[in-house]
Amino acid sequence: MKESIGDRIFKAITVMIVVFVAVCCLLPFLYIIAVSFSDKNAVLRNEVFLWPVHYDLTAYQSIFRNQSLVRSMWFTIVITIIYTLISILITVLCAYPLSRPHLKLKKPLLIYVLFTMYFSGGMIPEYVNIKNLGLLDTAWALILPGCLSTYNMILVKSFFQNIPREVEESASIDGANDLVILVRIVLPLSKAMLATIALFYAVSRWNGFMDSLLYVTKESMYTLQVRLRQLIQSSQVTEFMEDIPQNKEKVIAETIKAACMVFSMIPVMVLYPWLQKYFVKGVMIGSVKG
Amino acid sequence: MMSHINVQKSEKRSGNIRYLRNHWILYAMLGLPVIFYFLFHYLPIPGVVIAFKDYNLFRGIRASEWVGLRYFKQAFGFKSFWMSVRNTMILNVIGLVLGFPAPILLALMLNELRNKAFKKVTQTVLYLPHFISWVIVGGMMYQLFASSGFVNTVIKALGRVPVPFLSSSGWWIFTYFIVGQWKNIGWNTIIYLSAMTGIDSELYEAARVDGCSRFRMMFSITLPCILDTVMIMLILAVGGLASIGFEQPYVMQNSVVMDVADVISTYVYRVGLQQAKFGIGSAIGLFQSVINFILVISANSISKRMTDKGIW
Repeated sequence: MKESIGDRIFKAITVMIVVFVAVCCLLPFLYIIAVSFSDKNAVLRNEVFLWPVHYDLTAYQSIFRNQSLVRSMWFTIVITIIYTLISILITVLCAYPLSRPHLKLKKPLLIYVLFTMYFSGGMIPEYVNIKNLGLLDTAWALILPGCLSTYNMILVKSFFQNIPREVEESASIDGANDLVILVRIVLPLSKAMLATIALFYAVSRWNGFMDSLLYVTKESMYTLQVRLRQLIQSSQVTEFMEDIPQNKEKVIAETIKAACMVFSMIPVMVLYPWLQKYFVKGVMIGSVKG
Repeated sequence: MMSHINVQKSEKRSGNIRYLRNHWILYAMLGLPVIFYFLFHYLPIPGVVIAFKDYNLFRGIRASEWVGLRYFKQAFGFKSFWMSVRNTMILNVIGLVLGFPAPILLALMLNELRNKAFKKVTQTVLYLPHFISWVIVGGMMYQLFASSGFVNTVIKALGRVPVPFLSSSGWWIFTYFIVGQWKNIGWNTIIYLSAMTGIDSELYEAARVDGCSRFRMMFSITLPCILDTVMIMLILAVGGLASIGFEQPYVMQNSVVMDVADVISTYVYRVGLQQAKFGIGSAIGLFQSVINFILVISANSISKRMTDKGIW
């Protein structure tokens, strides 16, 4: 069928608006990347647009020379991995029983879980609680309090509920118990979903900032985001610039800040395109059913 | 009669025992999650009594003395507290009025795209900012919107006067809104897009036979069909009007614009934790929870009365 003129105009406007929004989403990234690879003086003269001017790697070199930044990065990598593994385990342990339609006491258990989405103690009582549990200034304060997200748990639970009953029933007739069904049948069918929540958990730990601000004061346990924040606030930038004249302070900060930001985005950027197809599907299933 | 009931009861009990024997593993699995929720979500809740006690970290909550409503009175007496309440409301109301329809409109437009590859690339780009930390977003924002930043360089190149995006109160609110939208507009379309996939395609076929334009279909078919989802999201958004995230305002605020940028969450952090006034911090937190609770309940009941739909 031939499209009417009205429809064609409508379509063109739609495409234009969508492209405009998408370009706005992308521009800041391109600008930051361009700045990070540019010569500091070109940045000072505001010459950098969306492509590096006088290609220059010194900003990245000074990142790697900065011991405390590299240490924070390693620390963040280690706790992100531990956090993600623990989170997936406990999320599955919570979601699987609650996804069984026959589970007795299911309603009170669900209320117990969902209540926490609407009510919390607030910042101060939570801080005092972490302190009372003896977690303050330990890496566990960054791992345990957030290791089960109710939102992610509901996504997984809906996904489990969507697995055709017959597949599981055929196994339970053979006398398999719930754990065997989970490990042998349900989990292998849920790889996409598990990859999705692994991404969500890993990103939330990698990007998390507030908890390290509140619960950790030891410098050896500063996460990458806390270091970045310090850097962006510029108080620390001087330690990068032993050999640089004082009047150019600000410019140097700009390229180094940009390089640090790009650098800390790399893991997310590498994982993200591979997992996109899964997480959109996962979130959709979860939101339709949940 | 009595014996009949007893037989039923014992049958039920033996049924329960058999059920437990077959499925005890499910309850064993729930052990860890139940402990988790208890330790990190329920245990802090009694801590709200700090708001009514002369708490100090060394004496502990129980040994501290009751002081009644002293901290509430103190907090309500601070001009800075009311300022943070006002700022929270301003940023949230703007976010609701302008920011709530934005992802719905974007989702409606994405839904009109027919070229699959183009749609996928666009979505990939639109979801990307959601995965970037607020710390980085804050850093990018300074490089883009500072007086010598990217945007102002472009504005100057066009021969216009630079805009004080970060240092004038009004412009800061504008920047706050834009940055928030930039990060979340794409991600927030997902829930509406998923609601749209459930729409019966026969509706569109019928409309096309009747000579309906695409624009008309968008408003007469797609929008009404996702109305349930829109209402649920609206209730949640109204319920969240009194609370505000910590990270976005924290990374965006600077000393020049604190009169509009200091919000409840950053205020509680500064007064309650940094100045160690735990009582006042808890009192404000409790006050905020009560307001939130009232908002969620009333948004839900208004929605139920008007559209017969609610979250419970």
